[in-house]
This record gives sequence, structure tokens and C-alpha cells, in this order.
Amino acid sequence: MDNLIEIRWHGRGGQGAKTASLLLADAAFNTGKYIQGFPEYGPERMGAPITAYNRISSNPITIHSNIYEPDYVVVVDDTLLECVDVTAGLKESGAIVINTTKSVDYLKTALKGYKGSIYTIDARKISEEALGKYFPNTPMLAAIVKVSGIMTDEALLEDMKESFQHKFAKKPEVIDGNMKALELALKEVKKI
Amino acid sequence: MSIRERLSGNEATATAMKQINPDVVAAFPITPSTEIPQYFSTFVANGTVDTEFVAVESEHSAMSACIGAEAAGSRAMTATSANGLSLMWEMIYIASSLRLPIVLSLVNRAVSGPLNIHCDHSDAMGVRDSGWIMLFSENNQEAYDNTLMAHRIAEHKDVMLPLMVCQDGFITSHAIENIELVEDDKVKEFVGEYKPEHYLLNKEEPIAVGPLDLQAYLFEHKTQQAIAMKNAKQVILDVSKDFEKMTGRNYGLFEEYQLEDAEIAIVCMNSTAGTTKFVIDNLRKKGIKAGLLKIRVFRPFPVDEVAKSLSHVKAIAILDRADSLNAAGGALFEDVTSAMYVNNIHVSAVNYIYGIGGRDTKADDIESVYTDLLEIVKTNKIDNPYRYLGLRKEGDK
Repeated sequence: MDNLIEIRWHGRGGQGAKTASLLLADAAFNTGKYIQGFPEYGPERMGAPITAYNRISSNPITIHSNIYEPDYVVVVDDTLLECVDVTAGLKESGAIVINTTKSVDYLKTALKGYKGSIYTIDARKISEEALGKYFPNTPMLAAIVKVSGIMTDEALLEDMKESFQHKFAKKPEVIDGNMKALELALKEVKKI
Repeated sequence: MSIRERLSGNEATATAMKQINPDVVAAFPITPSTEIPQYFSTFVANGTVDTEFVAVESEHSAMSACIGAEAAGSRAMTATSANGLSLMWEMIYIASSLRLPIVLSLVNRAVSGPLNIHCDHSDAMGVRDSGWIMLFSENNQEAYDNTLMAHRIAEHKDVMLPLMVCQDGFITSHAIENIELVEDDKVKEFVGEYKPEHYLLNKEEPIAVGPLDLQAYLFEHKTQQAIAMKNAKQVILDVSKDFEKMTGRNYGLFEEYQLEDAEIAIVCMNSTAGTTKFVIDNLRKKGIKAGLLKIRVFRPFPVDEVAKSLSHVKAIAILDRADSLNAAGGALFEDVTSAMYVNNIHVSAVNYIYGIGGRDTKADDIESVYTDLLEIVKTNKIDNPYRYLGLRKEGDK
């Protein structure tokens, strides 16, 4: 299973990290992949640190454990950098994507000398500009797709449009905003 | 053509129930099986099924309602986990002794206490001698497939026993994975209609169900249950063969993975079997002849078949996701070693208690078991057959 990609999400309860991991699983599934999307259930409450996982592969996936040596890590809330070892086991050939506006120096210190690629994105700015509210999960979904190259930008946008039309059938006014958030995030995620 | 989908284990089970469209579903919510009746109740509400959904006030009532419905002559299903099954316990025995082919989805979770909502098999092991057929499922696909086969097995005239389909709480119940679904019309044809021989609402044949049964006949009735359980083995194989004709997916009493030429083998159930396959693939690349026997049918226990299948290996590790707290090993260990003893086959065997209360079982853990087995083969020595896997050691964080 050399093409197996493993992703770990760190977020806080209520920010949609679990939903983002399930959306990523969905999008990858729609490109013909085998997928897993699962959260690590703990005491679920607003604001508590949560972890979610994705496995994506061209072959059937049989392993059923959590992910300890991810190829990619997504940090939905940068306050977690102070209390969670987000780079634990993260492969140096991989990358970490962080929703943050903090300085490069701060991030390098917080990541304890992680030698792989570090990407940042201001998901708050994007979300507030596109949706008028702070929902970081949609921009973070686009950011990890861009960084990991799991699928093309076009494939993601096409798939998510359909998914949003289904998900927000009763709230069509938020579809354009979410699509705009994805487009902005694809452009704005940058390597430091 | 089958339908390519991605569903969680709970969604897969609820989908199977939707396609089966049973007469009655009676359930009370408990984590991590709650989603099954939750999704199913939406199918009822929007008219996708015409099932009578009974939102009972406890699991004891859920099983009682299923017993009433089945005794009346209808097809009944329910779902539960852990303490929900504990509360059903009295009725679990009554369901099997009344020979009512109820189908239960058991999403495995640790039985309290202390309170824990995560996966282990202590709930299932608590009812292993209750006269229910017990099928275990590695992933969402197997939970779905086992549920589709359940009524055909349970309702067979040589069986007439209730059946539970087990899957691992959260690990598979809440993980979204690929799945191949069968078309609705094919499921309907495969499952067929339930035509009970004797039932309460048959005015042509008035019967009593569940009367007092004392010294004169209880022994004989219990023996009939035991015979039905024995009969179930062949029926499971026959139904599985029919299922393979429809789907191409092959199911036996257990699955052998790289076992044919294996020198060392693990025996386990549910999702850990998938992780074990992943480890075996890696070990085989290094030339280590590791194999797996994954139990699908735990009750009836395939005594002779399991013994025969393991007879050629040099050392076996049996993994139990529930501690029997008996100073004598877990339930699966006892069943496997007993099966080998009565078949006069001696292979070195060790027991590992693992994954209690949702403790994650990593690929490294499984690999360490194979390393231990290689050591046993090399030294021909077992210091302690009763072992733990993934247990914190002093000094661990």
C-alpha cells in the first residue's frame, strides 16, 4: 500500500474538523479512491481539543487503528500548538497546514524544529470574507487538498459544489459563500 | 451491478435494515449504536419502510417488544450496545428459548464499570452462552452483509434461533469507509418473506408461548436449542453460498488470511483482523510466514473446522477483546484451545487480552505478537500463556 496517504486533523469541538475530515473522505471517494474518515471520540464538548483522521488509497484499506505517523497534519485552531503535540510522528517528507496569522518564528518554535514543509492559511479572514462568519473547516479542506495534491482544484470545486447543493438544499444562500471560501483558500494557502 | 457507496458501520446496518424492511423495530438509544435506530426512524418517518417502529422506554422493553412481535408471527429487529444489552439480559435468554429468530445489531462497547463508551467485546462475551447465533464483522461491509444474511439463517426451520451481528463500536460503527451495496429488489428477493410455522396470531392453531417448563421437559427443550445451534452451522454455510452467488463476496465460518502456509498465526475477531491483515502483508514482504484466522461465526463455534485450520502452524496467539477475569484466559482462547484439545491437535498457544475500553490496537502491537510467536517457535517455551497487549507499563505516559 505504497500510495496510502494518512492525514490527521487537530481542531476544537465545534469548529468542524470532524466534518472537514468526512468531507475530504467524500471528495476523495468521488475521485474513485478507497477512503477512511473517522474522528477520535473523547469527551465531546465545545472548545475541547479533538482529533480526526483520513486514510486515502488506490487499494482497499484494512488497517483500523488511529494514525501515528501521518503524511499530513491539519491544525484548524492555532491555540492548539501550545497544548497538543501536533507534529507527533509527522513524516518529514510530509507537511503541516495551520490556520494561523502568527509569525514564522513563533511557528517554527512551536513546531519544535519540524523539518518538513509548513503551510499557513488565514482561514478566519477567508471565512469571514466569503461567508460573513467564522467556519474554518471549509478553507482548511481546500488547503489540505492543495498541499497534498489528493485531487486537482477543479475536481475539488466540482465535487464540493454538488455536495453543498445537497447539504444546504434548504439554505441555498450559503452555497456561493462556501464555494468562494474554497476558491480563496486554494489561492491563499502558502508555504513558509 | 452493485452500488459503490461510502458509509459508516452504523449507516451500513441501518441501510441493510431499510432494505430488509422488517415488520417491527423496537429500540432504545445507547452509544455507539444509537445512530442505527436514529437513521431507521427517519426511514419510518419518510415512508421508505412500512415497519412499525416502537420507541420503547428501555432495552428490556426493546427485547420484550421484539419477543412479542416475533411470537405473533412477524419479523423484528433491534440494535444496542454494552449496558443496553445488559438490561436486555433476562429477555435475551427468553428470546432464544422461545425459538424466536429476532435479529439484533450489537455495536460492541465495554460494559460498565467504570463507565466507558468505547469498544471492547465484554458485552458480546456476556451473552455467549445465551443461545444466540453470533456473527462478527471486520468492517462496515461485513456488518451490512451479515445483516442481510441474518434472517435467512435465523428463520431457517432447522434453526429458529435469534441472531446478533457484532461490529466494533466507533472503530467501524463511526468510520466512513467504502462499501458495495446490493440493490433493493435483490435484497428483497434474497431475504424473502417470513413464514413462521407456529405463531400466536394464527387462529387456525391456537398455541401458548412461554409456559412453565419444569423438571419433566426443560432439559429436553434446552437440548433442542443445542441441536438447533449445531444445525445453524450448515445453514450459515448454505446461506453464505447463496449470498456469494448474488454478490461475489465469499463468507465461511471464519476467514483464513495467508494461513495456508503460515508458521505463526493470530486468531481474532472484528476490526483488529483488518489491522492484522495489514501487518501480515508487511511481514510477508520480509519473508515471515504470518497468518490470520478471523472468526466470523462465534456461536455456533466451529470447533472441528478451527482446529483443522490451525493444525499445521507452529504457534498461535488468540486475541480476546474482553478479559474473562477468571485467571484462566479469555473466552475465545478457551474455545480455540478446547477445540484443538478435543481434536487431539497440539500447537503452542498463547492468549492476549487487548483493546479493553477502546484502547487503540496499533499495527506495532500486532507485529509484537508475531515477534513473540517467532520466539515461542524458536525456544519452544511459553513462560506465561495469559498475556496483555497494549497495557500501560510502569513509567509509560
